[in-house]
Amino acid sequence: MIRGAAHNIALRQVLWSIVLVMIVSLAVWATFASVRYHWNWSALWKFRGLIMSGWMMTILISAASLLLSIVLGFGLMIGQRSPWMPVRMFCRGYVELMRGTPLLVQLLVGYYIIANALRINMPIPVGIFLLGSFEGAYLAEIFRGALESIGASQLEAARAVGFDRTQTYRFVILPQAVRRALPGTAGEMISLIKSSSLLSVIGIEEVTQTVKMTNAQAYTALEGFIPLALLYLALTLPLSSWARRLENKFKYET
Amino acid sequence: MKITATDVTKRYGLHAALDGVSFATPGDVGAVVLLGPSGSGKSTLLRVLGSLLLADSGALSLDGNHLSSDEASALRQRRENGFVFQSFNLFPHLTARENVALPLREVHRIAPADADLRAKEVLERFGMGLHIDKRPSEMSGGQQQRVALARAIAPKPRLLLLDEPTSALDPMMTQEVLDLIRELVEGGQQIVLSTHEISFAKKVADWVVFLEHGKVVESAPAKEFFTAPRSELAIQFLEALTRYR
Repeated sequence: MIRGAAHNIALRQVLWSIVLVMIVSLAVWATFASVRYHWNWSALWKFRGLIMSGWMMTILISAASLLLSIVLGFGLMIGQRSPWMPVRMFCRGYVELMRGTPLLVQLLVGYYIIANALRINMPIPVGIFLLGSFEGAYLAEIFRGALESIGASQLEAARAVGFDRTQTYRFVILPQAVRRALPGTAGEMISLIKSSSLLSVIGIEEVTQTVKMTNAQAYTALEGFIPLALLYLALTLPLSSWARRLENKFKYET
Repeated sequence: MKITATDVTKRYGLHAALDGVSFATPGDVGAVVLLGPSGSGKSTLLRVLGSLLLADSGALSLDGNHLSSDEASALRQRRENGFVFQSFNLFPHLTARENVALPLREVHRIAPADADLRAKEVLERFGMGLHIDKRPSEMSGGQQQRVALARAIAPKPRLLLLDEPTSALDPMMTQEVLDLIRELVEGGQQIVLSTHEISFAKKVADWVVFLEHGKVVESAPAKEFFTAPRSELAIQFLEALTRYR
């Protein structure tokens, strides 16, 4: 009975997906048809290698800055709980500054002024660092929220079974906090991947930049940007479905 | 167990939860019951007796051993005790078995296989044999409290401290949990219990400490306290608790 019901829901989902995709495709087709755009896919196809190399660059930069942002976010979260006031103030200020200013400005100032002053002329590592520092500030707040959501009764239970401070973090706080932080973190990962498109302003040939280059050389326009959107979706959709699965998995705790 | 408390105070900000608590029990007492209205300081006294909280001032001793009030000694003292709380306080990310076995392994240094076996035994003894791999959210309140009791008792604590263990349970579950506590007491487990279950207290208590506004109003053998309370407050309290029972 329950199996039958589940089957029924899955079937309805597939049918509705088909219907919705058809409606949306029709609307898109009608829209494009009405502007009478002359599609030139063959010109674009010649540059597929360039675009894919940009896509690989986007993946590389996103993965590297993601790792950096997690480490940094964790450090900033710990720093905001430091017993030492200047450390707390610095971490708090860093988070507010990075979250409160546009990434574009951070990239321009970070690369053309700070990196330049330090005589560092490597856009890729600098770009990874800047993007990671930006997302790290957001992750710090997600981590802090997750950690502070572990209630006093859990801390008391940890004391009651005889855990010391380290054991309390290891067995009680972190496992629960990590689970609570996962969905928000996955959301930040998606945002980070899309933010990486801004790195073209410091000359990194990531996928948005390679598509712009292609358009310039092949005299195309929309032909480049529609595959570009699909290439981003190919990265972000698996991430958000993973995030959704995680959320379902941790529902039992509430 | 012989408990001696001398002028124990514990403050939360300006509020004195324990305001100069003094009492002494004789050595042959197995079950001490803390009674008193809500906010009288029962829970705080229970936590201080179990070294879960540190007193601000005053002296405490258990069986003649002075309880130190620095954090390191408190941890050592606490590890000899078991605690059960009103709201169960199980670890929600762990199964019943892990809730019991994890402290055995990590705190009491019992080999993993032995810890697992002992967890299973205690849970089965408490009627949780079919639920050992469930997480707290999959259990009823009564089942969660039985797991909490198993977690407290598995390391064979010297003293078991129970803070209103049935206040969050319905009458059926209350009875199940109280039966288990009674079995433990009859098996020789030393307990300190704070409760509003007056008829249960009458059955198990050897000694009663009656508190009001963070002070001890009466400290007496249970029989004496329940048959002939001396203070007007205790008479009123007992009358209120038994009127509809």
